[in-house]
Amino acid sequence: MGNVKTLAQRELGAYFLSPIAYAVLAMFLFSAGLAFGLGTFAPGNEASLRTLFENWIVIILAFVLPMLTMRLISDELRVGTIETLMTAPVTETEVVLGKFLGAFLFYLILIAALLLYPFLLQFFGPVDPKLLICHYIGLLLLGGLYIAVGLFFSSCSKHQVIAVLFSFTVLALMTFASQGLAQLVDAGWLRVVLQQLSVRSHFQDFVRGMLDLNHVVFFLTTTGLFLFFTVKRLEMRRWQ
Amino acid sequence: MIQVRNLTKRYGAFLAVDDISFDVDKGGVVGFLGPNGAGKTTTIRILSCYHPATSGSASVAGYDVFTQSMDVRRRVGYLPESTPLYPEMRVREYLHFRGKLRGMSYPERVEALRRVIERCWLSEFIHRPIGHLSKGMKQRVGLADAIMHDPAVLILDEPTIGLDPNQIRETRHLIRDLGERHTVLLSSHILHEVEQTCSRTIIIASGRIVASGSPQELRDRFSARAKVVAEMRGPEKEIEAGAKALQGVQKVDVSANNGWIRVAIDAHPDRDVREDVFRLSSSKGWALRELRREGATLEDFFVQVTAEQAQRARQER
Repeated sequence: MGNVKTLAQRELGAYFLSPIAYAVLAMFLFSAGLAFGLGTFAPGNEASLRTLFENWIVIILAFVLPMLTMRLISDELRVGTIETLMTAPVTETEVVLGKFLGAFLFYLILIAALLLYPFLLQFFGPVDPKLLICHYIGLLLLGGLYIAVGLFFSSCSKHQVIAVLFSFTVLALMTFASQGLAQLVDAGWLRVVLQQLSVRSHFQDFVRGMLDLNHVVFFLTTTGLFLFFTVKRLEMRRWQ
Repeated sequence: MIQVRNLTKRYGAFLAVDDISFDVDKGGVVGFLGPNGAGKTTTIRILSCYHPATSGSASVAGYDVFTQSMDVRRRVGYLPESTPLYPEMRVREYLHFRGKLRGMSYPERVEALRRVIERCWLSEFIHRPIGHLSKGMKQRVGLADAIMHDPAVLILDEPTIGLDPNQIRETRHLIRDLGERHTVLLSSHILHEVEQTCSRTIIIASGRIVASGSPQELRDRFSARAKVVAEMRGPEKEIEAGAKALQGVQKVDVSANNGWIRVAIDAHPDRDVREDVFRLSSSKGWALRELRREGATLEDFFVQVTAEQAQRARQER
């Protein structure tokens, strides 16, 4: 586990030295600020974070997080550092977990910045701390899943652009399209699968303040599944 | 230190390494020599646990590269061909990171850094980001990374490629020094380099080992087949016929030059035909102004064995 910590530290450090990470941070804060400022922080609106979280954050993160995860493995493939990394005494699992953790720590900084909004809102009305904690549990689980998906596609190509495009597409499908697609399919197993895959409907209960174990399990298992795929993808590379 | 048995690696239909076996004993620098695309990098990647082999086995420092991969990795220092490094990291930071991955404690890393900074002349740019360094400096950082955990075996893939002549000389010097403490396997397609730095050479061509031995042994083996060159004055046709008639002669090349006839004779390896040539010229009364055995170089040997192997490989396909 020492190696996971070492690798996570390196990834987190690499974010602070990369212009892309700062651009992503700025983009995230700008779009979240816009959504909050125009959607919530206006006279006559309800003083709650509900609109921001229910509609906007899910969309913004689906676009922003793939840009953070795209370089994680694909850059190692492009520069060739994968060769020094995978000939050091570290396992594929440690590499994947280390990179996941590094990106997740950067994500924590991103969502910590959102705490500004409840701080502003409390001047206009009471902010329920339990609800806020529920929002943040949802955000942590959502971010973990998005990062795992991005990490997987980052391991598939040495071109970051390909990694980011595939992550966007899959996240968009999982987040927005699967519910719509479910409507088009006749009732049956496929419909159930599509409905269950909808990240947004799983996330909604957290926004409403319901902590349902079902949703927690959904996020944890899909995240674990994508991390597992990434490990297998790296192991496969050795044989090619 | 390194044992390779019947190692084969295929990439789809392409046979990169074809059933090779060799041993490297403890200590000294062993050169792994071959033309580009001969299978050097593939073999090295198997030994450094980057690729698994298709069949056969290999062990490094007493551990199997496939089943005891982690034990091998802890005992090997590996410098890949293109010296891949993280451009955004600073040299010191990078070396600390690599040391941590190998499980070295902070005091161990500080001590190791002090040692490699001195050995690889890193002190002037230890605080600079790797992305700002020249090719030669990066090469030294890569080498420092490979030796910082004091590995039993050092595997260096084309360590002097892309360096300027001064850096090449310094690097070769360093490698020779390292050979006193570590077992070094060095791949190269530059013959001169191997001749200068290595105590033993393994020549690989088209995925097979075609020769191995010290540079001197290889030269001796080749010079057994050396040419004898003579220059005499006389009728060209008769000289050619006379030379061909000598015992053990396999091939004769004749060329005229300002009235002198130059004869190059390939004879059977265990026959020295110089004396016969002298007798021939004196019995016919042809003036003889030069008679010598052409010294073989390792380069000639290399060109010949690799060309032979390439031809054999083509015929088999």
